[in-house]
Amino acid sequence: MAKRIEASNVSSYYGSFKAIDSISMTVEPKTITALIGPSGCGKSTFLRSINRMHEVLPNARIEGSLTIDDQNIYDPDVDVTAVRRLIGMVFQRPNPFPTMSIYENVVAGLKLNGVKKKSLLDDAAEQSLKAANLWNEVKDRLSRPGAGLSGGQQQRLCIARTIAVEPQVVLMDEPCSALDPISTLAIEDLMFKLKDRFTIIIVTHNMQQAARVSDKTGFFSIDKTGDPGRLIEYDDTQKIFSNPTEKKTEDYITGRFG
Amino acid sequence: MGDYPSRSENAVTGDPGVAPRHTRAAGTGVSPSSYDEPPIGGGGALPRKKSFSMESGFRGLSVAAGAMVLVIIVAIAVFLISKAIPALGANTENFLTYTRWFPNESNPAFGIAALAFGTVLTSIIALIVAVPISLGIALFLSHYAPKSLATPLGFTIDLLAAVPSVVFGLWGRDVFQQPVNDFSVWLNKYFSWIPIFGGEGPFGQSIMLGGLVLAIMVLPIVTSLSREVFQQTPGMNEEAALALGATRWEMIRIAVIPYGRPGVIAAVMLGLGRALGETIALALTLGLVFNISFNIIEIGGNSVAANIATTFGEANETGRGALIASGLVLFAITLVVNMAARAIIYRRREFRDSAA
Ligand SMILES: Nc1ncnc2c1ncn2[C@@H]1O[C@H](COP(=O)(O)OP(=O)(O)OP(=O)(O)O)[C@@H](O)[C@H]1O
Ligand SMILES: [Mg+2]
Repeated sequence: MAKRIEASNVSSYYGSFKAIDSISMTVEPKTITALIGPSGCGKSTFLRSINRMHEVLPNARIEGSLTIDDQNIYDPDVDVTAVRRLIGMVFQRPNPFPTMSIYENVVAGLKLNGVKKKSLLDDAAEQSLKAANLWNEVKDRLSRPGAGLSGGQQQRLCIARTIAVEPQVVLMDEPCSALDPISTLAIEDLMFKLKDRFTIIIVTHNMQQAARVSDKTGFFSIDKTGDPGRLIEYDDTQKIFSNPTEKKTEDYITGRFG
Repeated sequence: MGDYPSRSENAVTGDPGVAPRHTRAAGTGVSPSSYDEPPIGGGGALPRKKSFSMESGFRGLSVAAGAMVLVIIVAIAVFLISKAIPALGANTENFLTYTRWFPNESNPAFGIAALAFGTVLTSIIALIVAVPISLGIALFLSHYAPKSLATPLGFTIDLLAAVPSVVFGLWGRDVFQQPVNDFSVWLNKYFSWIPIFGGEGPFGQSIMLGGLVLAIMVLPIVTSLSREVFQQTPGMNEEAALALGATRWEMIRIAVIPYGRPGVIAAVMLGLGRALGETIALALTLGLVFNISFNIIEIGGNSVAANIATTFGEANETGRGALIASGLVLFAITLVVNMAARAIIYRRREFRDSAA
């Protein structure tokens, strides 16, 4: 159920502004990859380029190639909604649909796929909520508004909603930045659990988190504001955090970065 | 996990957020009007509350304003009811079920039935026609049209709302009537088996003409309010839908429309309010006939407000009382509609409140 993502020379633009420059990296199936780097260096932009959410913004475009198991994600003949189903995304701020109940939130993606049978939806909702470590907390109030949960619960609800459609890859953009340490740990545990089924790419500003959860780490940086972000170093997490090749990486990790 | 303070957003907002709180002297938070008092740390007594301040003055002002609204409303109600009661007492027919209107005779006979029927039917037709078109335009402007097109188009529609209703009435009577007449003949030819399109004619100043003119008048209100509501859909919910693999229309269906629903209902109710109360445009486009008929294309139709406008001039004392009574009925209809709308909005309030 997990697939390999391969980026080669990906550059993404907002209008004429180049936000990232020639990013190349390969993400193996069933691994967790962490993307770290200072604010504004293009981590989110790169992540959103992977599931074609980048092009939702007006005038946004990308160059280079991105493939999932050797299929070109940006092939003009490819159905972009299918790409997004294959590559799910969890956002920085929990964003459950405010008008929907907990249950409706989880099955929203399945309903989009045309699943109508109640028993199938019920099963999927239970499975996904269990996988997201949320089932026990919400099983008695599935028909209550999803937005009435705590922030951490909402984020796990969003994760449940994302994995309910059985994607191959899950992108997470700072999924814990709005959460308390306990909820953060809950989501990190969850990532370990999900690693058996999905390829996970996570953006984080939390160095310890990157070191704890990821197999590989990519360090992005910019030289100065206005310059495009670059991938400075991409290697095993172990290596990045103990013995990075690049001086810039070491400076950033040890906190000597501006 | 000492990671949170190191997050860049926190680092930026944290410091300036703390500083002003410390620079402000401790005692000044007690009352907004006491900034010139010595601070608490000076060792003196606690600052005293001022006997008169902007605070209490403003409170008195707003209480008075609120009370005045109530007094005015009660006064109007008392006046209207006191005028209506003698006329209703002199009525020789049942006011609620009689269809005709002869309040100025020596034996006054008048009833609201045909008028209320015409008011409601023209408004329903107006909404059936206007609401789908308005929502379509609103969604197009908020989610499909490029900005360069949406801005002038939205402006044009807002302009339409500013056209006085007498202009719509004259236009409906002198320009729009002919095409509606032709359309009525066509409908009658092929669909006369549906009762509302039956009859022998003549066609022209019909419920349909009035309803369509009302539809055009209601359209700008419903459109611009719905558009505003749709635009307020949180971007992160739209992105959530897209990231789940929704097409643009699916995104609108699961994120935009449910989010905007209470606002759209409110917009429709405002439109309905305008339609129910519309006077001059209907007085110019309806047949002003006092009977109840579901045929919407034959000459006919009337409405409470149009009747007031057209017959007030030659009304005597009882006649004016009768018209005032009909106005009270219109008020009751509007009230019921509004309460129904509130009930609908209220039902899913739980979902809205927790979303904030
Ligand atoms: N919608 C947009 N329109 C124009 N420029 C944008 C837009 N979003 C981001 N950018 C720019 O692109 C660059 C990269 O932004 P991006 O959000 O990818 O950074 P990031 O690494 O995710 O930062 P952070 O850690 O703060 O989330 C920045 O210079 C930013 O100003
Ligand atoms: Mg980001």
